[in-house]
Order: sequence, then structure tokens, then C-alpha cells
Amino acid sequence: MAYKIVASQCTSCSACEAECPNVAISEKGGTFVINPKKCTECIGYFDVPQCVAVCPVDNTCVIDTAYPRYQAAG
Amino acid sequence: MHASTSQGGSGTLVTIDAVMQQVAEHKGCGTQGGSGKASCGSAAGQGDLPPEIWEKVKNHPCYSEEAHHHYARMHVAVAPACNIQCNYCNRKYDCANESRPGVVSERLTPEQAARKVLAVASTIPQMTVLGIAGPGDPLANPAKTFKTFELIAQTAPDIKLCLSTNGLALPDHVDTIARYNIDHVTITINMVDPEVGAKIYPWVFWNHQRYTGVEAARLLTEHQLRGLEMLTERGILCKVNSVMIPGVNDHHLVEVNRAVKSRGAFLHNIMPLISAPEHGTVFGLTGQRGPTAHELKALQDACEGEMNMMRHCRQCRADAVGLLGEDRSAEFTTEKIMEMEVDYDLEGRKAYQARVEEERVAKVAAKQEELAGLAGADSDIRLLVAVATKGSGLINEHFGHAKEFQVYELSTAGAKFVGHRRVDLYCQGGFGDEDSLQTVIRAINDCHAVFVAKIGGCPKADLVQAGIEPVDQYAHEFIEKSAIAWFKGYLEKVAAGELVHTLRGDAAIRQGALIVAA
Repeated sequence: MAYKIVASQCTSCSACEAECPNVAISEKGGTFVINPKKCTECIGYFDVPQCVAVCPVDNTCVIDTAYPRYQAAG
Repeated sequence: MHASTSQGGSGTLVTIDAVMQQVAEHKGCGTQGGSGKASCGSAAGQGDLPPEIWEKVKNHPCYSEEAHHHYARMHVAVAPACNIQCNYCNRKYDCANESRPGVVSERLTPEQAARKVLAVASTIPQMTVLGIAGPGDPLANPAKTFKTFELIAQTAPDIKLCLSTNGLALPDHVDTIARYNIDHVTITINMVDPEVGAKIYPWVFWNHQRYTGVEAARLLTEHQLRGLEMLTERGILCKVNSVMIPGVNDHHLVEVNRAVKSRGAFLHNIMPLISAPEHGTVFGLTGQRGPTAHELKALQDACEGEMNMMRHCRQCRADAVGLLGEDRSAEFTTEKIMEMEVDYDLEGRKAYQARVEEERVAKVAAKQEELAGLAGADSDIRLLVAVATKGSGLINEHFGHAKEFQVYELSTAGAKFVGHRRVDLYCQGGFGDEDSLQTVIRAINDCHAVFVAKIGGCPKADLVQAGIEPVDQYAHEFIEKSAIAWFKGYLEKVAAGELVHTLRGDAAIRQGALIVAA
């Protein structure tokens, strides 16, 4: 799985963009989106997903169940 | 100097009586408090300020009360990200007619911001200060913030640069701030006790981790105070903003005042909490109230000892443009500035500002002259008056057009600016004239008189009935000179037994939106 951003709740503050270790977050149509192909749920980098930790609106960066759980390489 | 204002003990004893006693003993403004010096950084001159400090504040509307009548500032909204969460902030809410920190209509890139600064500086020659204050935290967006400063320093070298931060990331950026010649930094410090902080900050994001509760507040206060020390060591002028939250940190702010003063802060700005429920902030939704005018002034007076208190803050938006009491941001949207012909005329700006300086000197000379007439007057009477003004230190606004009133305290020591009251009705809609008049009366209910350039017959009668004397005989004259002249007459009438001096009640601090353009 990857994380996704609930567009209706995103304030476009951009805080998540700078924190993402995978450079998976970018602005699109006024709000921010996570590229699921790049998202590793921060596994291997940090204990908690950085977008979730820095987002000012609760339950805005959430698990996207449409994608399989990320497997750390090796 | 003002030993009576430095309270001993736990700092929890701000009773109104104690404060009023201090007020009675207090003369003027902190370090400049000589006789007859009524407002901070006044005398259109430096007072007791060292010349190098005076150079930094003399045309900075936020750092000098006196300057704020004459000079304008602008904020550019290049810093949207934030690294902490505050219970008085809701980043989701945005209305073009809303005025408070953290709110903007559009975000700018550093390049757009630089263009906007040039456009505004060309249109408003008294615009002397460029600040970055959000809408998030400038130091949570360091690349955008410093790039903006770099571009502006290249194209508009006469503009003072400042930034406003929550302080969490401050220690990491102090050297960069010094390198970019940013000589004014404001830190918002609402507490120095993590237990108090836990009631204000749900979390902070630091070093890739979210901290909550007391731990978060401890981290924040440590960084804030260390950052403040580092800045003042480098000679950077620091202002501390504190939000007064009744029942949460109101008494505690006396302790905060002491802590920041001892670390070299230049100015302390205690602001009332804005917590209208429609803003959707935690405090708004839990019904946490803001202070009344009386409570705010009592706390400000209690903190005013060796340190200057800022009382002219308008709690402006992160994209505000203009004099502090006005907001011209709607004239300078990205769309409009891209179409504007911009010609940065440094010499023209200097010439204009020289004229402003002449105006300031004339204003102060007039006040000093009038004040001389008060010398020897012996009276304990101390009262507040409201003034309708559009700036330049003149009584030059009609009663009915005023969006705010400036409040001066009069005593035999002179006239001292002590605050302002907003009375604009934008966004409330549907109120008739009768209601708007009641709003004004509630806002200046603690004043004995209101000075205006002009006023109609009906509101005049209603004001008299409410016990507030409408004064229009000083139209287009200097505020302080006129107020002192009126006060002399008031004292004479009291002495002659024509008038009985009575105390006024409390007044309401208006919450909510400031009108964008008249």
C-alpha cells in the first residue's frame, strides 16, 4: 500500500512535500498528491510516515488500500 | 526605573486594582519614560534609544508606535508550510474579507513576491518594511523565505526585511538570518511553562517526529528562548508576540514578559485571542473567549516596566499591505501586479519619506507646545479618549467612516497611545445604522470622548446619551496636541465644579473580519 492525500481536506500548505524522503509528493490542481509508485510509507527511513506526522489536518494523509502493502527491498 | 511595575512573586497577581495603581505611577513608555514622553519611540526622535536602534525602528510601523501613523508595511505569503499546530489557528479557513494571522488569499512564489514588493513600493512610497509571516511559518519554508529576501535585497535595497516565526526552527537559522541582513525578527511566545503550553499547542513536528503534550511544549519553549538569545547576541532586534488567552496563559504572560525581557527582547506585543466559532479553530469551537479591552490593557500595563509594550498591533494577515489600520492587499493581486508598470524610484521614495519626517517633527513640536500648558496642572484624573484617524497622526476621519478608533490615555503626563478598537461591520451584513452605532459604542465604551473630523446629529446625540462626548472642534489637527488641549479644558471644568469626573465601564474587543477596501 501507499499513502494518499484526501484532496477535499488538503490545505495545500506544502508541508508534506519537503518532508517526503522519496520525493513522491507534488502539487497537482491546487492540492498535493502522492505518487503511489514512489511512496514507501517511509519504511526504511522513519518510524512514522512523514506526511501523516506533519499534516495540519487529521486523517488527510491516509493509507490507499488500492495498492498492495509496500515491501522493503531485500 | 519603574520598580512598581515589576511584580515580584509568582506573577499570578494581576488584579485590576493592582494594575490601576501601577498605571497611576507609570509615566510614558518603558526605557524612554521621561516626563512628557507619552508614546514609544516618540519625540519624532529617538528618546533614550541608542542611535543604532533608532535607525532600525524609526520607520518600522510594527516596532515604533509613532512610526505606525506614517509608514506602511507589507507581508508576502511565500511560506505556507507550518511545523506546529496551535489551538487558535485553522489553516483551512480563508475568506478574502478576513483579517488575522495565518490567513491569505493567494500564495506567491519568491519571484512573484519580489515583483509584488516592487509594485507596492512604487505605489506606496511610505512602504518601508517587508515581512514574511506565513501563512505558515517562514522557517518551516526556509528555501522560499530566504530566496524572497535575496531577490528583494537586490532590487529594493532600502526596504527593511523582517520575519515572524513560532521559533521552533529558529536556532538552526539564526546565522542565515544575520547573513541576509534581516534585522527584525518576531517570535510568537505564548508560554515558558510546558504545562501551559500543552493547553495551547496540540503538537510540534521536529526532527522527523511529531511530539505532543508537555513534551512538545517543552521542545518549543526551549527552542524559542534559545533562538531569542542567539538573535539578540547578534544585535538583531526582536519583538515577542503573545496571544492572551483568558484562563490559559493570561496571568502567565507576566512571567513570559520577564523571561523574554531578560533575554534581550526589544518589544513585547500582547494581543487578544481571536476565537470566533466560524473560524473553526479549536479555541473557537470550544468556546474559549478572548479578553475584554480592560483585561488586555491591564495586562499590558502590568508588563510595561523596563520593556516597551506594543499596543498598536492589528493582528494582520500574512499578505497584508498598507498602514497598519488599513489593508490594501486587494489592490495588489498577482493578476494586477503583472499588469502594472513598475519603476522603482529610489530617489522619489527618499524625497517622499523626507516629507513624512517633516510632518512627524511638526506633530511632535505641536504636542510639546500644548503639553507645556499642562505643566503644573495637578490632577489624578486619567481617562481614555477614542480618535477617528486615517493616519499621519491627524484627526482626519469621519465618525461614520471609521473602521477603527485609536485610543489614547490622557493624564497630566500627556497623551499616550494605548490601543485601538475595530468597529468595521464587514461580513456581518444586514445590520442597520442603529446596530452599527451600538457596535461603536460597545467598542469605545471605556472612553470619555471621541475625536472626529465630522459627525452627524443623530450619532452625536446617542453618544452623549451613552456618556461619550463627541468632539469635532479639532478636525484635521494633530491628535496628541488636540487631546491634550481638550483634556486641559476637561480638568478646568472639573476644577470649576461644572463637571463631575466619573469612571467609564469596560469595552468589547471586536472579533472577526477587517474590511479589505473602503
